[in-house]
Amino acid sequence: MTQLTVTASPHLRAPGSVRLIMWLVVASLVPAFAGSVWFFGWRALMLTGLGVVSAVGFDALAQKLFGRKVTVDDGSAVITGLLLALNLPPAVPWWIPVVGSAFAVVIVKQFFGGLGHNFVNPALAARAFLVVSWPGLMTAGWLAPRGGNLSGIDGITGATPLAVLKNASEIAGPGGDPAGLLAQAQSWPVVGRLFFGSVGGCLGETSALLLLAGGVFLLVTRLIDWRIPAGYIGTVLVLALVLPGPKHDLLPYLGHHVFGGGLMLGAFFMATDYVTSPITSRGRWVFAVGCGILTVLIRLWGGYPEGVSYSILLMNVATPLIDRFTRPRLFGRVKKATG
Amino acid sequence: MLSFRGGVHPSENKHSTRHLAVETLPLPPVVFVPMSQHIGAPAKPVVEKGAEVRTGTVIGEAQGRVSVPVHAPLSGTVTGVTEMPHPLAGNRVMTVVIESDGKDTPDTGIGERAADDFTPEQRIEAVRAAGVVGMGGATFPTFFKLSPPKEKRIDTLLINGCECEPFLTADHRVMLEQPAEVVDGALLIARALGVENLIIGVEDNKPDAVETLRRILPSVSDGAQPCSIRILALKTLYPQGAEKQLIKACLNREVPSGGLPMDVGCVVQNVGTAVAVRDAVRFGRPLIERVTTVTGPAITEPKNLRVRIGTPVKALVDYCGGYRAAPAKLIMGGPMMGIAVASDEIPVLKGTSGVLALDADTAAELEDHDCIRCGRCIKACPMGLAPQRLYYHILRKRLEAAERDHVLDCIECGCCAWTCPAKIRLVHHFKFAKSEINARKRRAG
Ligand code: SF4
Ligand code: SF4
Repeated sequence: MTQLTVTASPHLRAPGSVRLIMWLVVASLVPAFAGSVWFFGWRALMLTGLGVVSAVGFDALAQKLFGRKVTVDDGSAVITGLLLALNLPPAVPWWIPVVGSAFAVVIVKQFFGGLGHNFVNPALAARAFLVVSWPGLMTAGWLAPRGGNLSGIDGITGATPLAVLKNASEIAGPGGDPAGLLAQAQSWPVVGRLFFGSVGGCLGETSALLLLAGGVFLLVTRLIDWRIPAGYIGTVLVLALVLPGPKHDLLPYLGHHVFGGGLMLGAFFMATDYVTSPITSRGRWVFAVGCGILTVLIRLWGGYPEGVSYSILLMNVATPLIDRFTRPRLFGRVKKATG
Repeated sequence: MLSFRGGVHPSENKHSTRHLAVETLPLPPVVFVPMSQHIGAPAKPVVEKGAEVRTGTVIGEAQGRVSVPVHAPLSGTVTGVTEMPHPLAGNRVMTVVIESDGKDTPDTGIGERAADDFTPEQRIEAVRAAGVVGMGGATFPTFFKLSPPKEKRIDTLLINGCECEPFLTADHRVMLEQPAEVVDGALLIARALGVENLIIGVEDNKPDAVETLRRILPSVSDGAQPCSIRILALKTLYPQGAEKQLIKACLNREVPSGGLPMDVGCVVQNVGTAVAVRDAVRFGRPLIERVTTVTGPAITEPKNLRVRIGTPVKALVDYCGGYRAAPAKLIMGGPMMGIAVASDEIPVLKGTSGVLALDADTAAELEDHDCIRCGRCIKACPMGLAPQRLYYHILRKRLEAAERDHVLDCIECGCCAWTCPAKIRLVHHFKFAKSEINARKRRAG
């Protein structure tokens, strides 16, 4: 008789693995990535490619340096590179995604012990780092997307729609017509363009539709908890509805909040990052609602036109605390009567 | 649908044996009967080498309060009373080896129908003397559960017909083939306990068993019902058959953390145990055989078998056509909670609900990964624990923290480890932590 394995139960495991999960998340980002190439041409391909390749490369390098097992085939660095690139303005220079990826995987991830130990989302932290270090590059550089034109881009820089909502009078300039600008921004065609993707923004946040496609994929495969996007987007919607704001036409205004400014990207792909979000269902509700509140507050009253990435980062930091107060409910938690 | 919170749904894999009638394994030439087949103090051998025994002769006397006697599973000659490694625990325990004379001559009085008028005390004594233990795998002495302390009022008897472990179909077949015995046994226990409610809980993947039991009910209880009887179909969800989860599903009562079913007025017994109780009370038959499922990808022809306690597992496998592929793992019980053993020469015990043989593919040890905090283990845990948190505590050797986070409430059901995408051997760590904590407590007095 051959040698029998003797190990603890259970003796069978569910199908699936960390690697499979990560690669499926990569797959869910493919539509948004393809969209960015469609809208912004080779630039998008180049920036994303650089982001992914350097994330994987630095990840492997860091794992070697720290004497860990090299596990870049688990796909997590690919996700980081992709998410980082999708969060960049299209006109940034080539080295931005490289520096960003290096920061994300080496400083944010491997310094803290590798996948599973980082406490903030590496891609978002890297983006914040880039914004602080090179604010000029990271907050300008918006290009008007032009579908289907791979070789060239218009090079028109314009204000993103949420920036218009926020700073209509400044953008209109002295003697301009801020009300007209708002009215124009809050029209159905503009919201439609926001949804389908012909309004300026980061590489990956242009088309809400393509992000939604990936998000729905993640929901049906149950890779992400529906509570996070539902709680996040729902909170943004409700707060946008009840809080005062430059509401010219209500429904398109709400459309801006939901489909604009990377909310789709954030709610489906970044707030749902397992490692940096709470682990219980209740905790995830708290987290999602928190993200929503912060996002709207930043959008309406903060110093930036956009609040998604900072909101998620802040909630990442709060996650251990949320975890502590949202433990699962113990079966039979009533203490046994003494005696 | 009646159920509990949490749980997982692994592939049931019951198709290969669920339709197969129980076959009786021919008497083996020799049986090995360990004196410890129940939770509690091992029995003390009372036969010597060379002694002639009959089927049902007491060969081990109960020792201590929580203990039961052990009987000769067949007639023949005792060829050894020695220490052997326990089949599951590995520690050395006294084992009686009996060579069969092939006649299976019953000991005096066994098999004769007893009179119908018992006092509850007589009934409980009959169950104790017959060496009946929980046959779902827990092997807690049954008589002990039937004599709860006076201050605990027991109002409900639950008979567990869930058989929620994948692959196993022994209980299913017992319910289909011996429904009257199951109900009769259940009623005997119900009378001994004096309960108002009797519930037989069956997972709804066995509609035929629910149907059969419901059909047989009127003829067995024939009007003289001591209590209300209900057969409940429960959601097919692992571990529906775990005591606390079963009570929750059937009665919506939660056994308190660290407590026992009797703390919420319940006693739970497995369907196989009910039949054993009936045999003991009505016919004075000791527990010397059981139904078990021999199955798994490495078994040529999976079957449900009625086998004598002490029969080497190899004899069961041979009867099932041997191994189809080299077995890589042999498990006593089901895939979720069963215990992996090192050899097929070990004997069948009172608690052996199944023998599962995995081939190299299915037994492959998966490489583990760092926890990615996906939260699946928490969703799956039927005890409301946070396995991921416990795991971190244990990795950092913080057993006090693990205890504070209720690791002692872990029922080792395996849901967390089954579902973990990082393939972390969570249950392995919890078993270790529990035994360490318990050992420390014992040392501390
Ligand atoms: S922690 Fe224990 S009780 Fe909870 S799922 Fe894991 S093995 Fe089962
Ligand atoms: S299931 Fe595994 S990977 Fe997921 S949180 Fe639990 S221990 Fe971590």
